[in-house]
Amino acid sequence: MAQLQLNQLEKTYGSGFKAVHGIDLDVQDGEFMVLVGPSGCAKSTTLRMIAGLEDVSGGEIRIGDRVVNDLVPGKRGIAMVFQNYALYPHMKVRSNLAFGLRLQRQSKEQIRAATDEVARILEIEPLLDRLPKQLSGGQAQRVALGRALIKKPEVFLFDEPLSNLDAKLRASMRVRITELHRRLKAEGMSSTVVYVTHDQTEAMTMGDRICVMKEGRIMQVAAPKELYNRPANLFVAGFIGSPEMNLIGGRIENGAFRTEGQSVPLMEPLLRRLKSRPEAAVLGIRPQHLKLVAPESEGLDARLNSVEFMGHEVYLHADLDGAPVTVVATAAEYEALGRATGPIRIAPEAEWIHVFDRDSGENISLA
Amino acid sequence: MSQIDNIEDTFAVAAAARSDAEITRRRQRRAQAVSAAIRYAVLGAVGLVMLYPLIWLVGASFKTNGEIFANPGFLPKEPTLSGYVEGWQTSTPYTFGRFFWNSFLIILPKTIGTAISCTLVAYGFARFDFPFKKILFGSVIAILLLPNVVTRIPQYILFRDLGWLDSFLPLWVPSALAGDAFFVFMLVQFLRAIPTDMEEAARVDGANSWQTLLFIVVPMLAPALISVCLFQFMWTMNDFLGPLIYISSVDKYPVSLALKLSIDTTEAFEWNRILAMSVLTITPALVVFFMAQKYFIEGISAGGVKG
Repeated sequence: MAQLQLNQLEKTYGSGFKAVHGIDLDVQDGEFMVLVGPSGCAKSTTLRMIAGLEDVSGGEIRIGDRVVNDLVPGKRGIAMVFQNYALYPHMKVRSNLAFGLRLQRQSKEQIRAATDEVARILEIEPLLDRLPKQLSGGQAQRVALGRALIKKPEVFLFDEPLSNLDAKLRASMRVRITELHRRLKAEGMSSTVVYVTHDQTEAMTMGDRICVMKEGRIMQVAAPKELYNRPANLFVAGFIGSPEMNLIGGRIENGAFRTEGQSVPLMEPLLRRLKSRPEAAVLGIRPQHLKLVAPESEGLDARLNSVEFMGHEVYLHADLDGAPVTVVATAAEYEALGRATGPIRIAPEAEWIHVFDRDSGENISLA
Repeated sequence: MSQIDNIEDTFAVAAAARSDAEITRRRQRRAQAVSAAIRYAVLGAVGLVMLYPLIWLVGASFKTNGEIFANPGFLPKEPTLSGYVEGWQTSTPYTFGRFFWNSFLIILPKTIGTAISCTLVAYGFARFDFPFKKILFGSVIAILLLPNVVTRIPQYILFRDLGWLDSFLPLWVPSALAGDAFFVFMLVQFLRAIPTDMEEAARVDGANSWQTLLFIVVPMLAPALISVCLFQFMWTMNDFLGPLIYISSVDKYPVSLALKLSIDTTEAFEWNRILAMSVLTITPALVVFFMAQKYFIEGISAGGVKG
């Protein structure tokens, strides 16, 4: 069983800079866990500590039932795919795949069988006798994947493996990796994955669960849908989802959320759920849950500044009492509006309103 | 009528413009050809000036002793191999082959030792953290800046006390223990330019530091290592002072000393023999250089990493 556990994991550099602040994370056997966050959030450092490429300053890392803190990378039962592929430039693809097995002193027949098997799964058989410099980016990435796969590790570690590929290839590799994971799981092979990325699309589409990090701390760990619908704090709310969630500052008064000039009535279930009544609050609503409404109906007045036409939908960028807001409208709704600037009236869908404490950042409207 | 004239005029103007363009193009092409010719002429002349002593050396080694000073050209009037035949015999009981063999006995352990020891030291400096690393690397650089002459006397006393005088040991042992700071520095700089990703991948694949060095780092370091060996080979082949200080018996002379020997022992110098042996002496260095030239330039690290 290849469960991965991080307990109070810390990383402090020689200069005294603390990169990772005691994080706890449980990755279940066979789970696809994505670490996501903006650059500098220590997601890669965390992954490299799991791999054994960085020393651990505090806490422990468990793989299965072993504490692996002091084991060299080769003894941890992990395999890693690097952002730059890191193929050995002087070895042919076949030797690149076989390198780890050769170091384990496996027999020639075993190595050959394993290499052929992996090459078949990843469809890189025609490339086996090429050198890395003769491969395209996507091919090189597949070979790098193969080099991890062939070792049958307990835990796979991915360090932004798709960020050097162009958008189209990235999308297809995303699907390929997800399928591969599902297949390994179905065949009962060890398939625990920790996948680092800064791309929220990758995180949302690939992860069983997502761990959002910021400045060496975990902000929220949850399944993609949960993360999207029930962000635990302002950071997650702003980070996950595209276009970004609208965050409007104000306060709560008499059962309504008030901005400087206007107010949004808060419905009863939401009001009852509120954990506290902070002085300063932030209302969060996704652009998809803001509706264009007729000028005379209840809602908020905003000023439309610009429009982005995306095909099946239109992003309306507006200004609400000084705060920028985005509304996603259907093409038809936009047609009905008939202009690209000027005053508009918008109404949030009550059940999708989040209320955050501005100072702590916490989502106080979660059930 | 005037309209027709106009049309004809227009055609004439267009044709003139076309031929103008044609002329300009032809002129440009001619200017390019002329400039290329001048460029190659100048380059060829400078190259010839640089190479002439070497060409003259090769030519003169086939001349008779009398002709060397009589004929300034490099083509011998009566080509003869006598310089080679007699020069090879030398005025000592040994042939020149013996001296080549002595050179080889110094160069081989020195070059191999340099490559191995400098790689180890450079790998250590470039990839590991250890106590006093900065001070130690600083002292490597300091040694690099130190004139060789300064250490000659202490070294001589040291090797005398070790009983190594009149042997090849003082000539190659220091270098085989990474004594040449220049090569260490060169390899450290080369290693710093290679991304560490491949080495990390090897560690994840289960390689220890030695296996990483041997299977991953050394192959990527190959172009630099070839340069190191090439330099060490040529410098050792040309080294005169070292053997002069430490070697006293003629049977242990390397070629650099042996060449001097033929100048010392005869009253009237047999210049054609000296020149013939000089040609033989530079031949190995030239052959090795042209064989290794390709690797000298080729960078093997390209292609493994995309950034």
